[in-house]
Amino acid sequence: MVDSVVRLWQKYYYVFFNGLWGTLWLSAVSVLAATVVGALLALMKLSKIRVLDMIVNGFMAVIRGTPILLQLYFFWLLLPKIVPFEMSDTACIVVALIVNASSYVAEVIRAGIQAVDSGQTEAAKSLGMSSVNTMTRIVLPQAIKNILPALGNQYIMMVKQTSLASVFFVPELMTSYKTVQSATFLALPSLIIVGVIYFVVTTVLTKGLDIFERRLQRSER
Amino acid sequence: MSDNRVLIRVENLHKSFGELKVLKDITEEIREGEVVTIIGPSGSGKSTFLRCLNMLEKPNGGKVIFEDVDLSDKKVNIVKHRQKIGMVFQLFNVFPHLTVLENITIAPTLEKKVPKEAARKKAVELLERVGLLDKKDEYPSRLSGGQKQRLAIVRALAMEPDVILFDEPTSALDPEMVGEVLDVIKDLAQSGMTIVIVTHEMGFAREVSDRIIFMDDGQIAEQGTPEELFKNAKNPRTAEFLSMVL
Repeated sequence: MVDSVVRLWQKYYYVFFNGLWGTLWLSAVSVLAATVVGALLALMKLSKIRVLDMIVNGFMAVIRGTPILLQLYFFWLLLPKIVPFEMSDTACIVVALIVNASSYVAEVIRAGIQAVDSGQTEAAKSLGMSSVNTMTRIVLPQAIKNILPALGNQYIMMVKQTSLASVFFVPELMTSYKTVQSATFLALPSLIIVGVIYFVVTTVLTKGLDIFERRLQRSER
Repeated sequence: MSDNRVLIRVENLHKSFGELKVLKDITEEIREGEVVTIIGPSGSGKSTFLRCLNMLEKPNGGKVIFEDVDLSDKKVNIVKHRQKIGMVFQLFNVFPHLTVLENITIAPTLEKKVPKEAARKKAVELLERVGLLDKKDEYPSRLSGGQKQRLAIVRALAMEPDVILFDEPTSALDPEMVGEVLDVIKDLAQSGMTIVIVTHEMGFAREVSDRIIFMDDGQIAEQGTPEELFKNAKNPRTAEFLSMVL
């Protein structure tokens, strides 16, 4: 077994590397975009505008109440029909991944912000600080510490979820497994290779987030 | 004192939390330079009354007129007016992610555009005044309760407010730290600062107050000089309350 894994790697490593590259950029794009969109959704939810809150709540309920694979199919089918320009499978899947993740990111950020003691907001207000300064200078810096660990978990989950894109043959790691597997019929060895690569990526990410978090704690105690 | 100009005028103030009526038609004046203490049983609305003065609680009815501006008016930019109304909280609410010095300078530099250097200089002066200068670069987690509260007081002072509201400033402190905080407030009172304070420290109230307001069941049941209230309360509820706490 070890032998066939090694031989497969030697012959097809470039396929796996291509797949890894696909996974990395899919993850990077969806993590970044989902963080921005998620933060906006969280602010909408925290705003005092009733309608915004209701819209976001409805959106989040649907996203959380349906499987991610279904959502991928949905956007893959829907988007090419409604956008006035050509949209690749990959683009549709990226959009779907972002939409899905932003809902979870929003919840993490909202919870982190609300976990900051309301006395902090009151103190800032009583000093005559504007709501923007209160949020950016007092609440958010404290919320980050609540948000970051949960957000890190979310990011790692997102990296793993990009594997679902293989259903649509979007080039990424899991798709490279399919490619090698159908060329060689060596299913298990190629699966092991892909599994090891995923594991290395998520472990590096976990460690990186750990270090970042610890540095943050140290600067603020 | 009664000749000084009126700083805060409260007119027919009402406040409810859901069904519960917390403040029932309160009318009151605070004059410049006055030290007013609010006492009363818990749940009588003291803190809510105080928090209505800077709109941390929005009244359901009535007016809070501060320096001729009705703060309850939705068109008023409350942020600007709050800069002149300092507040000190029971649980300190110092900013844990900022150093002692930054706690003091953040509001003046951001909101009043005081240059960083000037704000620092002023903060250092204030810290010296309350004996915290050696802590200026520490984070609040390294301070005792009494030190945190002294920090909270000078943080409010750094905005150069016209009045400071104290909401049970010593209730969360260990007994041995109450004195150091009360001393700072006493100093402040003697310097002519207008002060409204909710407290259970009756000895302190008696010593520093120009006027004591006794609140009961969302209303002002009685008020007068410490002498009047402590020696011969007219309202039986006041007498009963005082006999219990003294």
